[in-house]
Amino acid sequence: MSTPTLDIQDLELGFKGYTGFTQVLHGISLSVNPGERVALVGESGSGKSVTARIVLGLLQELRTAKISGSVRFEGRELDQMPRRERHALRGKAMSMIFQDPTSSLNPVFRIGEQFHDVLRRGDAKITRADALSRAAAILAEVSVRDADRVLNAFPFQLSGGLNQRVMIAMALANEPALLIADEPGTALDVTVQAQTLHLMRKLVEEHHTAVLFISHNLGVVREFADRVYVIYKGRIVEQGPTRAVFEAPRHPYTRALMAAVPRLTGGGIPDIDEDSPDFAAPLEIHQDGGQS
Amino acid sequence: MKRTFAILTANPLSLLGLILVFVVVFSAVFADFIAPFPEHSGAVVDFANFNKAPEWPYIFGTDLVGRDLFSRILYAYRISLILGVVVLAIAVPIGVTIGLVAGYLGGRTEYLLMRMTDVFLSVPPLVLAMAIMGVLKPTLANGMLAVTAMWWPWYTRLVYNITRGEKEEGYVLAAEVIGASRAHIIFREILPNCVPAIVTKMTLDMGFVILIASSLSFLGLGVQPPTPDLGSMVADGAKYLPDSWWLTIFPGLAILVAVFGFNLIGDALRDILGAEQ
Amino acid sequence: MTTPILELENVSKTFGTGADEVHAAQSISFGVTKGECLAIVGESGSGKSTIANMILGIYPPTSGEIRLNGTVLPTRRQLEHRRAIQLVQQNPLSSLNPKRSIGASLRLALDVHDIGAKGERADRVGALLEEVGLPANFARRAPAALSGGQRQRVAIARALACQSQVVVLDEPTSALDVLVQARVLKLLNQLRETRDLTFVFITHDLSVVRNIATRIAVFEKGRMVELGDTQTLFTNPTHPYTRRLISAVPVVTDEEAALRNSLAAGLEETNE
Repeated sequence: MSTPTLDIQDLELGFKGYTGFTQVLHGISLSVNPGERVALVGESGSGKSVTARIVLGLLQELRTAKISGSVRFEGRELDQMPRRERHALRGKAMSMIFQDPTSSLNPVFRIGEQFHDVLRRGDAKITRADALSRAAAILAEVSVRDADRVLNAFPFQLSGGLNQRVMIAMALANEPALLIADEPGTALDVTVQAQTLHLMRKLVEEHHTAVLFISHNLGVVREFADRVYVIYKGRIVEQGPTRAVFEAPRHPYTRALMAAVPRLTGGGIPDIDEDSPDFAAPLEIHQDGGQS
Repeated sequence: MKRTFAILTANPLSLLGLILVFVVVFSAVFADFIAPFPEHSGAVVDFANFNKAPEWPYIFGTDLVGRDLFSRILYAYRISLILGVVVLAIAVPIGVTIGLVAGYLGGRTEYLLMRMTDVFLSVPPLVLAMAIMGVLKPTLANGMLAVTAMWWPWYTRLVYNITRGEKEEGYVLAAEVIGASRAHIIFREILPNCVPAIVTKMTLDMGFVILIASSLSFLGLGVQPPTPDLGSMVADGAKYLPDSWWLTIFPGLAILVAVFGFNLIGDALRDILGAEQ
Repeated sequence: MTTPILELENVSKTFGTGADEVHAAQSISFGVTKGECLAIVGESGSGKSTIANMILGIYPPTSGEIRLNGTVLPTRRQLEHRRAIQLVQQNPLSSLNPKRSIGASLRLALDVHDIGAKGERADRVGALLEEVGLPANFARRAPAALSGGQRQRVAIARALACQSQVVVLDEPTSALDVLVQARVLKLLNQLRETRDLTFVFITHDLSVVRNIATRIAVFEKGRMVELGDTQTLFTNPTHPYTRRLISAVPVVTDEEAALRNSLAAGLEETNE
């Protein structure tokens, strides 16, 4: 079994505030293998977004944050890397896409310039002309036919769906080993979201990119992810292959989540307990083919 | 409240501000009891002791007619604080109301009110105050009037900007859909959301009002003798530098202490209340 | 045939002038029966929010009429019109004044419409909170002290406060977590029954609509393309846009996937 692209073990996170110490992550462990699509599913406040930020090293700078545990990228402990090396990973070996594409792109620069910035991280000497032609090629991969118009435009001039594709294109431009997607498509219309997800799936398969996909939308997860980790209040409560977890959820929280999603086939709204003590039950692991 | 106090005392600078302001306010309020020569705040002369360098019992020295500088400074603080409080008490309600109404109602009303505000803002503040004082008799009351006239537009601007943002918020829409009157929406819904910014600005302004008032007195346009005033004391003593240095330095330092103290607290308040400026 | 409680006839709305004109809604006509839950579904630019805003009187239609119980609603709504139609917004954080207590926000409706004697209004506020499943003493709390789901319940209580007939709900659960959404939807269903309310439910989420709406109106780019009862719309939609919408919904079970596939059959893939 090859080294996982991302391997998190016993990650803990707490914040020091004026009123005391708040523990947000209580020791979570998850891994993403090369080319795998793994989803981290949870509601707001579960800790899913901060996990992503820790992987990218965005929280470690915060004085009030206390982090412990191991985060390994391609076998190397991120904590022990010199700062510069860790910073160099961002945008090249690891990249991230966010929830609202239009606000995640810099509003005062044209798309072409932003592409140039991104490509410069991979090749510091790349000329503007080269960058633009590479960008056009990548945009073609995300089914953007009018590359010239898009590269010359500002983000606010483009639709949300187009911006989302631009963001995906930029994220994959430097052929990262790991892509972290934080609720992508949430801000988009449902038809556009469906197209975007389809596109993402195709691309990561072609580029053999490992993906950590963070979401609260179970339907999207089912369509996109190979494996699922369900997170509740800073703890992983269930994990396993998507099919197994969706067809036979074992943990009370996962079962509640599944039951709470309204069905397209009807059936009414079930009676759900928002916060049951059962949710504190221990971790449920679905084994399948030695993946865990 | 507890959180406010914790934040105020955690930062050494804001703690310093607290101490300085406390000193100023305490002096102003209890001048009658602290001042070694309370009568020196009035028309008293003591030529036997005039122009003395700092020595016991005149800890800041005496002025040219023999009055104790320390006592006069304490009373001058009282005048400055009264002036600050009165100016803000009048300027703030006027400025805030105009800003709220212009920001919420929009259209013609907004145009008229804000252009009028712009006119006031376009005249350099001190010049406006000087112009007013040039026309009126130089008394404390008129000095306060002049400073008030130049002060309210800044609150209008501040509140106008906040109101324009707040009126797009859901709670304003909710109140409109319920059928609440415009007066209710402006004063009971939007105004409370402007308060942090207003309070922060008021605290910072205390220092500046004192400074402007001192500038007016320095120019001879503020309070008249024998009322003690920090700006006048600085002006009178400036002619005698560097020999009788205490005549200018101590009143000058007194102004510094007050302005600096209020500034530091204002900064801390801004952080605490999360005010927008 | 009884008069629909709410009726739109040839309602259009255009924003801007000349070259910048935007036809947000074009010739919309439908009626809402008392006690039903009419869902208005569509994506961004469909005009669903525009329709909601016109029903609420936030701005008047450029042309056409909106009638409540048979009488045309004027451009400048009076208090009695306001009382009859209320709103639950999408964002529970922004819809409550952060500087006022929950109780104060709820009391506003009672005070504006002079409901009940002044002295007993505090009790009414408590009763409203309990009706939406919150303890009465929450009245003293600030919105920041409540979770998103709790705030949304308060927003619902506020819409009930003036005993309205029609409640417009604009994406009321879109900003809520999965479990919370289920609870709030259940509450809405219960309230509609116990209080005999009429809902106009605006949303983009078809799975939700399937389970709470009596009838559904599908909007695309300012026009209403389909109107029908829930069952029919999902088993046999007529308009291709409806099919596209349903087939794009992310689902969690195989049955739903099967339904989607059967409806998507015959639709070509269109790219942006």
